[in-house]
Amino acid sequence: MTPRHLWKLTWLELKIFAREPLGLIGTLVAPPLTVVVLGRAFGRLPATSARLGAFVSIDLPVFASILIALNSVLSLVTIVSIYRESGILKRLRATPLRPRTILTAHVMVKLMLTAATLALMVLAGRRAIAIGIDLRVARFTIALLFSTLSILSIGFLVASLVPTARFAQPFGGIVLYPMVFLSGLFFPIESLPPALQTFARVLPLTYAVSLLRGIWKGEAWIAHLGDVAALIVVGVVCAGLSAKVFRWE
Amino acid sequence: MATVIEVSGIRKAYGPTVAVDDVSFDVVEGEIFGLIGPNGAGKTTTMECVEGLRRPDRGAISVFGLDPVRDIYALQQRIGVQLQEAQLQKRIKVWEAVDLWASLYPRPADGTRLLEQLGLADKRDAWFLTLSGGQKQRLFIALALINDPEVVFLDELTTGLDPQARRAIWDLVRGIRDRGKTVFMTTHLMEEAERLCDRVAIIDRGSIVDIDAPAALVTRHCPERTVLLTTEDSSADARFRSIPIVEAVTRSDNRYTIRGRGPDLVTEVIRCLSNHRIHVTDFRTETPTLEDVFLTVTGRSIRD
Repeated sequence: MTPRHLWKLTWLELKIFAREPLGLIGTLVAPPLTVVVLGRAFGRLPATSARLGAFVSIDLPVFASILIALNSVLSLVTIVSIYRESGILKRLRATPLRPRTILTAHVMVKLMLTAATLALMVLAGRRAIAIGIDLRVARFTIALLFSTLSILSIGFLVASLVPTARFAQPFGGIVLYPMVFLSGLFFPIESLPPALQTFARVLPLTYAVSLLRGIWKGEAWIAHLGDVAALIVVGVVCAGLSAKVFRWE
Repeated sequence: MATVIEVSGIRKAYGPTVAVDDVSFDVVEGEIFGLIGPNGAGKTTTMECVEGLRRPDRGAISVFGLDPVRDIYALQQRIGVQLQEAQLQKRIKVWEAVDLWASLYPRPADGTRLLEQLGLADKRDAWFLTLSGGQKQRLFIALALINDPEVVFLDELTTGLDPQARRAIWDLVRGIRDRGKTVFMTTHLMEEAERLCDRVAIIDRGSIVDIDAPAALVTRHCPERTVLLTTEDSSADARFRSIPIVEAVTRSDNRYTIRGRGPDLVTEVIRCLSNHRIHVTDFRTETPTLEDVFLTVTGRSIRD
């Protein structure tokens, strides 16, 4: 894999993505808009409810970030299966492009879009919720990209296995959304029944939520080494497995 | 002529289905070699094994002395590939595809000139999804030629194209050979093989049936020739029957159908007409085609 090839393909895929209006709106416009609308709705209420305040200042940004990450996973699964189904992957494979260059380019595109969406949300949120662009945002961005990369690897494993693009939506319903539900985003994992607690602890998203929330609150990385380690394990295992089972056609 | 592709005894099965069994052939430098047969005969599987995209279960393949699977990256520098039913990204522009492909090879051909030669110059900025079938295939030919390859692989190049677009593509393929390149192609269109290929291998149900120049295959397997002519001369019938190699003469009013074997039949009929000063108002010959050859050697029509 030469960096030149990788950059060329990444840039090309980014341009191609930008030509699809619906995908562009869904990725770059909708999330910041959500922040503005929700931020205005809740932000104008008198800050009497500490719970509501916590929701707007901590949970809303984390929730929105997780949605961006999941959105990129879903679109990665979709795009890889479309590319496979229509023979694009096969055509690319019959060139000197190495497989990992093609796959890395797609991951890069998703990461860049995730970063761009986050930046737009911060800009939008600065007015609505009055968050400052500071060191915390920078660290949060790194945490989000890192989490996204780890979750993307799950997406890749699924994308390596699913036969058709139509599988992408059920995958969202069956795997991703229950994962969001159980990840501790909406209620603490400790409040779940014991069996579900165990299940929640093997979900990679649980660690992503814990990491993002912690970093957003201003906690140190060192306090979340466990989360980071879990996300690395997930990433390495899934990337390794998908390299083994990846199908070109 | 040097042999550029050597395939010996390859077999490839997908689960219980044997797609290709004991297939052997050679492709020599500078020729258009066609692998012909009906859909599902094993053409694409064979070609993709030679391209290094599939690994045969048995047998050996050598392209310029390279092993297509093991030496795939060395091989890809020297071959150009057009795949059956391949696609590009819907919204990739023509020039972007050519530019990307060109960037992958150390000494690419001039992409702009290639697009001009293939009649795509005014489609430079068009998205892939807006191209017609013929334009897409021409773009795939451009991509197959971008590295100035020594061998070009064309898999079912004109399937789904209208006759006019098909003829234009045929001219392009002849142009590729005229520039000194070797072309290895597959087709299920016998007319295409007959017009384009210097040599063909007939493949049926995963096995090669025969290999030769199209005309030689016709002579070998379908030696019968037919002359159809119209004459008012009342002595004609007897004259035709006296030609030694004629096997049958049928007559309907003034129209005669003369059948016989071997390439000499037409000459013999013309000599007979000339010797006996028989005046004809219509004259044509019917020669068997590769379709007839296919029917003869496999016992079924290629269109089934």
